[in-house]
Amino acid sequence: MGWIGDTVDSIKSIQIRQLLTQAVSLGMIVTSALIIWKALMCITGSESPVVVVLSGSMEPGFKRGDILFLHMSKDPIRAGEIVVFNVDGREIPIVHRVIKVHERQDTGEVDVLTKGDNNYGDDRLLYAQGRQWLHRHHIMGRAVGFLPYVGWVTIIMTEKPIIKYILIGALGLLVITSKD
Amino acid sequence: MHSFGYRLNGLLTFAVTILALMCAITSLSDNFNTPSPSAEIKIMNINWFQKQPQGHDEVSLTMNVSADLQSLFTWNTKQVFIFVAAEYETRKNSLNQVSLWDAIIPAKEHAKFWIHTSNKYRFVDQTGKMSADKIVLTGYSLPEEYR
Repeated sequence: MGWIGDTVDSIKSIQIRQLLTQAVSLGMIVTSALIIWKALMCITGSESPVVVVLSGSMEPGFKRGDILFLHMSKDPIRAGEIVVFNVDGREIPIVHRVIKVHERQDTGEVDVLTKGDNNYGDDRLLYAQGRQWLHRHHIMGRAVGFLPYVGWVTIIMTEKPIIKYILIGALGLLVITSKD
Repeated sequence: MHSFGYRLNGLLTFAVTILALMCAITSLSDNFNTPSPSAEIKIMNINWFQKQPQGHDEVSLTMNVSADLQSLFTWNTKQVFIFVAAEYETRKNSLNQVSLWDAIIPAKEHAKFWIHTSNKYRFVDQTGKMSADKIVLTGYSLPEEYR
């Protein structure tokens, strides 16, 4: 009961200047996070430099909930590399391994076939309608680093959005009621 | 200053810092390891080389693969993915790589092995046509970039 009284008191005693300072600090934190994200995009050369593994198709190497760091370079795509690609029409990128490469003599363009390590068949069923091969522009990056389990935060927040709202609500409450 | 919140915050920050440091040291320790893998493939038999009902020419082989990859395993190694690929040049393509067989080696104990197997994936060219007067295994090597 005393804690509720304290909270109400602290909300009543908010001054405009202090509130504005806190709002600006919060804005700075959010924008610096955005700056770091965009800088990572530039450094790694990939549209999404960090991805979360959502399925078990690459086990035992990458399990659901792992985080992968990507890097894209102009090096040619070769069999055995783990690549992340976007299929037209799907917004979620897929992380699988390249098993077939056919590179043209004249243009240097390349046809690529991928397969998840834990899948029985190749990815032709996942590609867009009628497409048999992936091209360079579908590939967003190669996996170069890995962090286990950290991605579960994102998976939980995506699959149970109520947790996202609870978290944001609690953070907002903390910001309003804290003295610094 | 000594409330539960502050103490928990300090503890968690310390724990995460130590964890990050350990991860960095593990990654860096990889540079001290010079791998010396060895592997050998022998094609025992070409089972068939013919046109399949769905219209593509296909080759089926049986091969012996033996390898000693124990030196590749370090603190930073998660798994070793090993694969056999047919690499060749055609008129239209400067490079073709078709994966014939692969396996995952999860730990050092399993890294020295010998296996007699037929190709796991169908050996079909992109154009669907393959022809040969004579079949010769021209060369086999562990490519430099995969070491």
